[in-house]
Amino acid sequence: MSEALMIEVENLTKRYSGHTALSNISFTVNRGEIVGLLGPNGAGKSTTMRILACYLPASSGTVRVAGLDVYHDSDEVRRRIGYMPENNPLHLDMRVREYLRFRARLKGLSRKRTNERVDTVMQQCDLTEVSRRIIGQLSKGYRQRVGLADALVHEPDLIILDEPTIGLDPHQIRAVRQLIKDLASSHTVLISTHILPEAEMTCNRMVIMYEGTILAADTPENLQRLMSGKGQVLAEIAAPVEDLRECWTQIPEIEYFDVSPAEGDYFRCALTPRDGLDLRPLVFNLARERGWALRELTRNRHSLEDIYVQVTRPDEEEEL
Amino acid sequence: MQPFLTLTRRELAAYFLSMTGYIIIAAAVFLMGFSFVVLLEKLQMEPTPMPVTEVFYITQFFWLILLLAAPVITMRLFALEKFSGTLETLMTTPVSDLQVVMAKFLAALVFYAIMWLPLVACLLVVRHYTSDPTAFDFGAVGSTFLGILLLGCVFISLGCFASSLTRSQVTAAMISLVFGATLFFVGVLANQLPLRPGWQAQALDSLSFFEQMHDFARGVVDTRPVVLYLSLTGFFLFLTLRVVESRRWK
Repeated sequence: MSEALMIEVENLTKRYSGHTALSNISFTVNRGEIVGLLGPNGAGKSTTMRILACYLPASSGTVRVAGLDVYHDSDEVRRRIGYMPENNPLHLDMRVREYLRFRARLKGLSRKRTNERVDTVMQQCDLTEVSRRIIGQLSKGYRQRVGLADALVHEPDLIILDEPTIGLDPHQIRAVRQLIKDLASSHTVLISTHILPEAEMTCNRMVIMYEGTILAADTPENLQRLMSGKGQVLAEIAAPVEDLRECWTQIPEIEYFDVSPAEGDYFRCALTPRDGLDLRPLVFNLARERGWALRELTRNRHSLEDIYVQVTRPDEEEEL
Repeated sequence: MQPFLTLTRRELAAYFLSMTGYIIIAAAVFLMGFSFVVLLEKLQMEPTPMPVTEVFYITQFFWLILLLAAPVITMRLFALEKFSGTLETLMTTPVSDLQVVMAKFLAALVFYAIMWLPLVACLLVVRHYTSDPTAFDFGAVGSTFLGILLLGCVFISLGCFASSLTRSQVTAAMISLVFGATLFFVGVLANQLPLRPGWQAQALDSLSFFEQMHDFARGVVDTRPVVLYLSLTGFFLFLTLRVVESRRWK
């Protein structure tokens, strides 16, 4: 087993009584990567993370962190992992600094080291000004940062964050994402999310899960290319329907199209190109030449739902 | 060892970080006060040869504290952490299950001991106002507190076990109260029944906490109940540990 691998998951299966949460999944994470586990609720992201963090045992298969088995060398693995569970549970009755000190001591840091590290992570996570506040009285954004600070306090090799940005406002989400990106230089990070742009922005690699299986694992760019249809373009144009239809039929680059009425005089045209070409300049030039009013021109970015539909039922999607 | 001490401190501090701890202590002091009033009335009416601790003991409020306090003290130990999810953050640090169970038990026991301290004040008041210097016997007071502590071990370990079984604090308190009261009343019942030879009677008799505690209050330290209490405590802590471990059973 190579030293460069931080996480090795081989044929991991997890059965709860009654249903299978994970069926035979395998993936690896290299040192220094930020990897996103992406999937809808119930896809098995949290279960995977709990097994990695030594909270739950696997039903079968092996999971290694830094070459150590999570079941047999559980203590050593836990020393190397900083884990923030879903919903970020904290002791709400404690003060921020007190809580972080407690967690650092619990993770076996010496008194001196605890003071140093707590100061460092409080700065890193921008918590210094609330260090004396009671956690239960903090806003969700601050609490999330307390959870992050806790995951970081013992300088783990691997940081596992389960839905770190859920329930935050856009500003806080940006702050948390930036923080995660900053971590990448010195840590390996595994985060889970069900928001595609989030994974796209923060991760080097994404592992897409669905109903306990891995559908795809690749860089965001590759996945985007693979999955965002074939670069479908949406254009809203004010022109006679007949003209539009005729025009689109004549352009060889367009594989198929769909025209539907939008508000006002506009029509919404969904154009799918051959070979993933970018149709936007072509549509723009055409509109200019013919004097059509063009009010929207976008390349379709698929939402995660679309991608799921696509990956899980590729045939049906193509017929649409 | 360090995680164990850290965790014990945190668990103990948790009682004082919220109102819970103060409310429990206040309730206990209230009941002790009742006991004290009953005791003073008794002493006023007629002289008694019993040590003060024993007179204290035979007021029913004393037992009420013993039976009620442990479930309330222990209910949050595991149930709250399960409910709020902090058990997950706790169990993913390099702390062993045994350390977690022992730390929580110890913290609850220390709090329980603190809760009983006002009783010393009551006894000192009696000592201050009595003309009889033998009324306050240090030996008897010592053995009373030993008994309170040992019995506390049993009820608190039982409470730990109950709390580890559920996510709801109320359920945990109910379970430990029902089991604790059953254990107690089995002993009382054994006393009420006419003496019969045979192992059943003996077994029931050895469980009569009421009589055993009576001995402690009189200043008699019998090794048999001491062994019984310690082994019951060990048994319940073992069960708790198994429940906590069961999460990792395949």
